[in-house]
Parts: sequence; structure tokens; C-alpha cells
Amino acid sequence: MPLALQAKGITKTYGGVKALTEVDIDVRAGEVMCLAGANGSGKSTLIKIISGVETADAGHIEMDGVDVGRPSVTDSIDLGIQVIYQDMSLFPNLTVAENIAMSARVKARSKVVRVQAARSIAARVVERLGLQLSLDEKVENISVADRQLVAICRALALDVKVLFMDEPTTALTWREIDSLSRVVEQLKADGVAIVFVSHKTEEVFMMSDRITVLRNGAVVKSGAAAEFTPDTLIESLLGYLPSEERQLSALPVEDKAPALEVHEIGRNDLFEGVSFEVGAGEIVGLTGLLGSGRSEIAESIFGILPIDTGEIRVAGQAKPIGSVQEGIEAGIGYVPEDRLTQGVILEQSIESNLIAASLDKVSGRGGFLDSGQMARASQHAVEKLGIKTDNPANPVSSLSGGNQQRVVLGKWMETEPSVLILNGPTVGVDAGSKAVILDILRLTAEQGTGILMISDDVPELVSVCHRVLFVRRGRMDGALEMDEVSPERIRERLDR
Amino acid sequence: MKAYTRRSRGARLRVHEIWDRYKGENHETALLLLILALLGVMAIVEPSALTMTFVGDIIRSGIVTLALALGLLLVIISGGMDVSFPAIAIFSGYATITVMNFFGVDGALWPFLLASIMGIALGSLNALFVARYRMETLIASLGTQVIIRGVLLAFIGSVYISTLPAQLDAIGASSIMRLGNSPVNILVLPVIALAFLVSWMLRKTMFGRSIYAIGGDRESARRVGIRVPSVQVRIYLIAGALAGFAGMVHVVLSRHASPFELVGTELNVIAAVVIGGALDSGGRGSVKGTVYGVLLISLVQNSLVRLGVSSYWHVLVVGVVVLVGVAIQAQASSREAKTTRILESTEASA
Ligand SMILES: Nc1ncnc2c1ncn2[C@@H]1O[C@H](COP(=O)(O)OP(=O)(O)OP(=O)(O)O)[C@@H](O)[C@H]1O
Ligand SMILES: [Mg+2]
Repeated sequence: MPLALQAKGITKTYGGVKALTEVDIDVRAGEVMCLAGANGSGKSTLIKIISGVETADAGHIEMDGVDVGRPSVTDSIDLGIQVIYQDMSLFPNLTVAENIAMSARVKARSKVVRVQAARSIAARVVERLGLQLSLDEKVENISVADRQLVAICRALALDVKVLFMDEPTTALTWREIDSLSRVVEQLKADGVAIVFVSHKTEEVFMMSDRITVLRNGAVVKSGAAAEFTPDTLIESLLGYLPSEERQLSALPVEDKAPALEVHEIGRNDLFEGVSFEVGAGEIVGLTGLLGSGRSEIAESIFGILPIDTGEIRVAGQAKPIGSVQEGIEAGIGYVPEDRLTQGVILEQSIESNLIAASLDKVSGRGGFLDSGQMARASQHAVEKLGIKTDNPANPVSSLSGGNQQRVVLGKWMETEPSVLILNGPTVGVDAGSKAVILDILRLTAEQGTGILMISDDVPELVSVCHRVLFVRRGRMDGALEMDEVSPERIRERLDR
Repeated sequence: MKAYTRRSRGARLRVHEIWDRYKGENHETALLLLILALLGVMAIVEPSALTMTFVGDIIRSGIVTLALALGLLLVIISGGMDVSFPAIAIFSGYATITVMNFFGVDGALWPFLLASIMGIALGSLNALFVARYRMETLIASLGTQVIIRGVLLAFIGSVYISTLPAQLDAIGASSIMRLGNSPVNILVLPVIALAFLVSWMLRKTMFGRSIYAIGGDRESARRVGIRVPSVQVRIYLIAGALAGFAGMVHVVLSRHASPFELVGTELNVIAAVVIGGALDSGGRGSVKGTVYGVLLISLVQNSLVRLGVSSYWHVLVVGVVVLVGVAIQAQASSREAKTTRILESTEASA
């Protein structure tokens, strides 16, 4: 197979941080090359350099063996390079159809545009991928998963020669991932070169023909996917192999009121008759397919979508939670699903994001913020969560995707809530950090916090949860207790 | 009891559906209702005021505001803010008259063209600071506004010009029709034409869609290959041309030229555009909404005049109207965030 794209000697530094050091990668027409690496290893930076969004300090790109230097964004689009960016890069104020058609319009250099033409471009891609998207809805009103699908559609709306997919599946479930992998097969058959980034090991092996491993901004290994096993892959990108074993935190011995009890709660059209409890110090998993209502239940408990019926008790006391403010005051912390838009303020510093939810703890006399306290609190969180940064005063946007997620986690940990609700706490996080985060959750639980963890990730549920609850179409659908929790039994219930 | 609540929920749903269908892209319908409500209040408090003359007055005072608002709309949709347009407008209008008087020439059409070209030249200052030096748009326009006013007063003139060249004055006196005692000047026609043109441009040209894209997410716009600086330059040049034209319209309608006028109207214009649905965060807004916004502001001001309220109160009242309008917008867009139905049939199992 001919080489479609080569990047040679790519080097990039941000201030003092070396993000990439003389990186060489290549990808052939008709193959899927997986770019693997821990959070902050430079995957997204490399992709942005190839697509012209960032400029490299050194190195060049070759397309079909021809040196194209360091292309600008328009050059790279004209060369047939398309990217599904990690942050999706959509236009929230425009419709799904217009978002999908935008790159095609730009590339065609059209002067006058027609709504109908945009719709038919979009409809064609959506149909080709076998998806269901409401084309006339604005992107700001659709779910995170749908946004990710829109980003995928946009990249495929054009004739593409080299396709980069930077964690395209973080918000998707097996159903959409399955249709994505069928499209990938088809693109391969059409001779498209594909570069794929994902932290989900299963997916990497399902999709890719070849794997290139980045560690700290340098290529450490590259070879056919068959030369790797899940364990050797993780070991080569981290340098060690973290444990995924089931390891439960100790439950408190004395009798404490449950951290969270919900009794027959319901909300119009979304869910009803939902009852369960999370003991102090307990980690409870809540799972179900996308669209089962699991996220909505969590959002209701926190006050984003207040309940219509039923009762919520926190640490033994009934709490009427009608707003997020009341949720926070009741002692609930919530790490949302869509962290990049709901969880952090990208332009603000890591430090101020980390303490944003716990301002009362770092304010001194008279309610003025104590800068020493602030610095100490955020420094502590940076260390505890292993956030990779050389300066906590930098904006969150300077962090890699996975590290941005840790900031949101840290923000809520700092409030020391009675109940911590996490929606997909390790989505987009590498295997090493995942182990670290799960360990932090265990520690947090041992200090008496009740944790409700919403997750699709079966190994993760098995690894930390005392109990796993299932949701199906807005109603509770059974549970697995202590020893019953195992990968097989969770999958069996989800597949029903 | 149960049947009752169920029926009322059904009714509520239907109202929502109807509202969803007619509320318009930027909640224009809510604005229209607000305008009607205000008219209703006037009908009760001062019924004698609601005459065709009143309508004519509203149109007359709205026309310059609308011409100015069209340019500002482009800037606000792209995520920026501009306060220099009144300065550009009065500079272009006043300087054109000064030039005509200096050379002793007269004309009807070309002075409007000249004023627009001056507007483009002055708008290029904004373009330079914003696109080339990447300055914050509001700050850049605060700066250019001061420069433009300074140059106007220091080099062009600071005297009141009480009579316009004959042909221009004739335009100021010619009307297409009368509404009650209020003549509707012929200049509404070009302004309405411009409104249609800008509306078409925003909806149907790649340039217009790029403005929305940049306002929605600038970095995303760059990543799909939109040349952000070039779009910004064009926005500020067009906004300059519109302001220059508006300045001339103002001068001709008032039938004199004073370098001290228009300055201070930026608040009304910004209010009209923002009430019309163009939130300052960018990416939203329409000509239709802006027209309603202009009508609303103009209605409020004329009503206050009719009610004999002292002009000191006008600013305050406009401020309140802006707050109400913006609150409606914010409320409406937060309600929009929908959740899709998950439970199949609540009733069946209840
Ligand atoms: N604009 C920036 N300013 C400063 N540092 C940056 C900037 N962008 C990226 N970096 C740094 O470059 C390094 C590589 O980041 P990159 O986003 O490429 O990581 P990644 O491999 O994509 O990680 P993830 O899996 O978490 O998405 C990180 O250390 C990050 O902090
Ligand atoms: Mg990344």
C-alpha cells in the first residue's frame, strides 16, 4: 500500500514544555493507524500541526511522497485532510445540517449558499452512516453523543484522503461505535488513510491495523496491531502496567445514615419510581444504555432537572432540591458528562477552576479570597490528581483533554461533599490516570463520602463498585450486590 | 382530580407546540407581543395618541436607528461590539456637506455614495485594529470613536450648518405618503432596501454564514478553513459604509448638519439590536429581530413624548425596556434546552 501521509521530524514547544520532539509518523492509504499515548503525550498537538491549526517549530509533512512543508488550515483541507477534533469544534448556534455542510461549503468556496443544499449534503452523510439525527435542531440543543456524531459526519461530508479521528467515541456507546467501525471499513476499502486516537483498548484493537505509541512527545514504538496485546500496549505507552483488579474500599464500621437516599423520585417524561440508596463510604455504580435515563436521574438529584415527585435525603435529612444551588448546599457534588462545556471555564486558570466550587473554603476574613489558601488548595489538588502542567496559573485550555477532565474532578473533590455523583469519571482518560482516579475515589469513599458513579466502562465498574444498579427506559432494572459484581454479569444484563 | 391535571398538562403541551412553531428563530414573536402589549397600554392610558400621525412619527424616528443598527448587527453577530458607528455616521454626513459647500457643488445621489465611502475609510480603522492587531473589538471601537470625533472637530469643522445644498434639502422635504400629519420621507425606501439586502446577505451568502460561524465559535471557524481576519475586515468595512449612509440620512432628514448630533444615540441602537435577539455573546441575531427592536425603542420613546414625560426619564425607561427585552431573550433560550422523552408512557403504568 502506498504511503498517503508522512510527518517528519515534527517538534513543538509551548513555553518551556516540549509537547513533541522530532516525531515521525506515516499512514498508508486504506489502513487504520492508531496513535496511542497517555494523556498529554502529544497526540492532539501532532494532529493539529498536520491540519495546520498549530504551527510546528520544526519538521515537515509529505503527502503522497510530495513535500508540502507546513500546511495552513486551508492547504490541509485542500490536500484532502479532515479531522474530527477531540473537542468536536462545532458551531453551537447553527443547525446540525449547517454544521455538517460547513466544511464542504468552505472547500467549495461558494459565495451564495442554499439551505436545501446543506440539508441534502447532511442527509446523505447521515444516511450513509446509518444514523438518526434531527438535521434542523441547533447543535447547542442536542446531546453530547449526538454532537460527536455531527463532528464525525462533518469530516465525512467531503471526499477525504486522510482522516484523523481524535477520540471520536468518548460519548458513544457500542451501538454507534459499531456503525462507526462499519464506516471505517468502507473508507478503508475506498483507500482512505485513517489515523485513530482512543483510550479504549478494546476499540483500538477492533479498529486498527497498525499502532504508533507516543510517550512524552516522542515515538517509542510502532508496529502492526498484531504485534501488540492489550497489556503490552498499555505498558509501552505508560512504561508500566497498572492494575485493573477488583479492589473495594473498606466500608465504615459504625452505623451512619446513608449518604444519599432517593425514594420513588420521578420527573415528567424522563423517569419515575426510582429508589435506591448510597451508603456513607459506599461506591455505587449506575449503568444502562445511552438514553436509558441514567444521566437524567443524576442531574435531577443534583438539581439541574429538579424532580416532580418523590423524596431525596442527604445524610439522613430530607432535602428539597429545586436548583443546582440547593444541590450544592445539600452537600452534593456533580461531575457532568459534558465536562468541556459544563464543567470548566477553558479560558480561566487551572487554579481558579479547581477552587471554583469551594470558594467558601478558601476565603478568609470578611469573605475576601485568601490567595495563599487558594494556591495551597489548588496545588494540593494538582498533585493529588497528577495534573500535568508546569504552572497552575495557565488557562485550562493549555491542558491536554485528559488533564482537563482531572481539573473538573478536582473541582468537586475540593468541596468535600457528602455525596459525589460522577458521570463517566474516566472517559477520555488513559489507563494509568484511570487507575489513579479510581484510587482517589476509593480514598474519598473511605473518608465517608458516598459515591454514585455513572459509567459504561465495565472493567471500571467491577474494579471499584460495591454495588451496581441498572436503569432501563427511565426505570430501575435490578442490581448486583457485592460478590455478584463481575464483568460477565454486568454485560449479560446490559445486553438484554 | 387526576383527569383534570392530565387534561391541563395536555393543554400546556399544545400551547408549547404552537409557541415552538411560531416563536421564530430569535424569539421575534415574543418581541412582537411586547410591542402589541405596549400599544395596548397606550390605548388605555392615552387613547387619543394612537393616530396615524403617531405611526408616522415612529417610522420617522426609527429610520436612522435602523440604518445604524444594520451595521452594528453584523458586528454583534460576529461576537464583537462597536460603539464607533455614531461617530463614523456623523463624520461622514457632516464632512460630505462641508465638502459640498466648500466646492459649491450640489447633488442628490452622489453625496450618499461619498458618505458611504468615507464610512468605509473610517471603518477600515476598526478593521485594522481588530483583524490585524487582534484588539478587543469594544476597546478598538472606543479608541477609533475618539480619534474620529477628534479629527472631525479639529479639521473638518465644528459649526452648525443650518441649510443644506438645494437638491439634498429637496430630498429632505419629499415624502412618499402622509400618515396623518406626519410625512413619510422617501429615504425609508433605501433603508428598507438595505435591510432586505443585509438580511439576504446574512442568510444566503457564505460571508453571512461565516459571520454566524465566527460568532458561534471562532476557533471552530478557523478550523473548518474560514479566514477569520478577512471576514472581520469585511464586516467592519460594511458596517462603516452603513454608518456613513445612515449619517447622511440623518443629516438630510434633519435638514441641517451639526457635528454634535448622533453621538449619544449608540445606546438606543445597541438596545434595539440586543432586544432584537443579538446577544452579546455572538452567533445570534437577525434583521427581522432588529427591525422589531428598533420599532420597540422608537415606540417607547414616542409614547413617552406623547405622555409628556420629561426627556431626562427617557434614558431610564429605555434602560428598563432593554432589561426586559434581554430577560425575555435569556429566558426563552434557557427554556429551549430540551430533554428528549425517555419514559414511554407515564400514564399507562401510573
Ligand atoms: N496551547 C497550549 N499551551 C501550553 N501547553 C499546551 C498547549 N496545548 C497543548 N499543550 C501541552 O502539550 C502537551 C500535549 O498535549 P496534547 O493535547 O497533544 O495531549 P494528548 O496526547 O492529546 O492528550 P489527551 O489524551 O489527554 O487528549 C500537554 O502537556 C499539554 O499541556
Ligand atoms: Mg488529545
